[in-house]
Amino acid sequence: MTVEVDQSPSFTAFAHPRRLVSTDWLRAHLGTPGLVVVESDEDVLLYETGHVPGAVKIDWHTDLNHPVERDYIDGSQFAALVGSKGIGRDTTVVIYGDKNNWWAAYALWVFTLFGHKDVRLLDGGRAKWEAEGGEYVTKTSTPVAVEYPVVERDDSAIRAYKDDVLAHFGNPLIDVRSPEEFSGERTTAPAYPEEGSLRAGHIPSAQNVPWAKAVAEDGTFRPLPELDAIYRIGAGLSDGDDVIAYCRIGERSAHTWFVLTHLLGFEGVRNYDGSWTEWGSAVRVPIAMGSEPGPVPNH
Amino acid sequence: MISSKLPDSLVQIREDFRELERSDRLVLLLEFANELPALPPRYAEHPDLLERVVECQSPVFIFVEVDDKHLVHLHATAPKEAPTTRGFASILVQGLSGLTVDEVLEVPDDFPNTIGLTEAVSPLRIRGMTAMLARAKRQLREKTTA
Repeated sequence: MTVEVDQSPSFTAFAHPRRLVSTDWLRAHLGTPGLVVVESDEDVLLYETGHVPGAVKIDWHTDLNHPVERDYIDGSQFAALVGSKGIGRDTTVVIYGDKNNWWAAYALWVFTLFGHKDVRLLDGGRAKWEAEGGEYVTKTSTPVAVEYPVVERDDSAIRAYKDDVLAHFGNPLIDVRSPEEFSGERTTAPAYPEEGSLRAGHIPSAQNVPWAKAVAEDGTFRPLPELDAIYRIGAGLSDGDDVIAYCRIGERSAHTWFVLTHLLGFEGVRNYDGSWTEWGSAVRVPIAMGSEPGPVPNH
Repeated sequence: MISSKLPDSLVQIREDFRELERSDRLVLLLEFANELPALPPRYAEHPDLLERVVECQSPVFIFVEVDDKHLVHLHATAPKEAPTTRGFASILVQGLSGLTVDEVLEVPDDFPNTIGLTEAVSPLRIRGMTAMLARAKRQLREKTTA
């Protein structure tokens, strides 16, 4: 049983409008049975400073990442995590977060790896909720735990590994990092040098479309014609394309994965979460420098 | 044992964190974040004196001061949207202020990894505090050798 879809006219042009809810919708549906609101932020303490009433917190570092290996948690760990947050297999999950839903989109992508059917983003995220004077509470929510089935993670559809990228040459690659990272001026995002790699540049033939281009000033997604101009005209994507997106550790590109999949309707888009921190330190993979994509490597 | 050189103020902070459960450690970090003092007016009006800690995920600026008695004072500022960064800064402000120059320079560089926060906030995030400590010590060396 899922909670009704947001019928906002601003979403109807998108490929999968049911993947978005507006702040108005959320205000009207708080407390609806079958709905769980999840906050997922870059800052691990932001939830504690105040959150949407009833929202639970899921942190990408401490909850979704495997504690030892560079991978995500497995099916039983995911079942234990989300079950403890009151999320069942049929629950409607609405995720929001800081920084234009950067980490919220990443959490949504991980939910999708486990095939959770009804998971949506709050358009505009925490910033829009706050700008509109949305209510915050500081008390940590204490949901009643429910059973969530152990579903094995399926990486095949929406996750790409390094070997998948090597086999993908000739098909579109989207590098969503900053122009400075793309060109090789720097190996890290501005202000994020702790996630460096040994070489700078980009995967040859990748188009550079910084992830936040998809977001308007108020934090909501841009309307379809503007997204088409960015991704179809600007980056040359066309229907039927098999696309892989990457960034530094796979979080910014999860945001672009959401845009390409659920707003523009591309099928089979994959997020290469190894991204530049793997590629830029891997032995004997091709790298291009400069602001141009560069030719498709012979591989 | 590296902790032999740790000043009492930092030992106390470390013990306060380590005697708590993981989730309560976050609550204590939030208390530190809320306690980060505002900049003294002389720095608030001169942002150029402050140094940006680029290793941190959110904008944070720090400035080290040595008073007439050769005691260290650390000032820091970070936005309210970045409570984790504020908490890290506040730990160092409270833990280092009032120490002698030598005491601060002898604080082990890996102090942030020893206070039981690595699991609670993740190893990647804790590097922000390591960078803040390193920059504070570097500023202090520059000031005291000049």
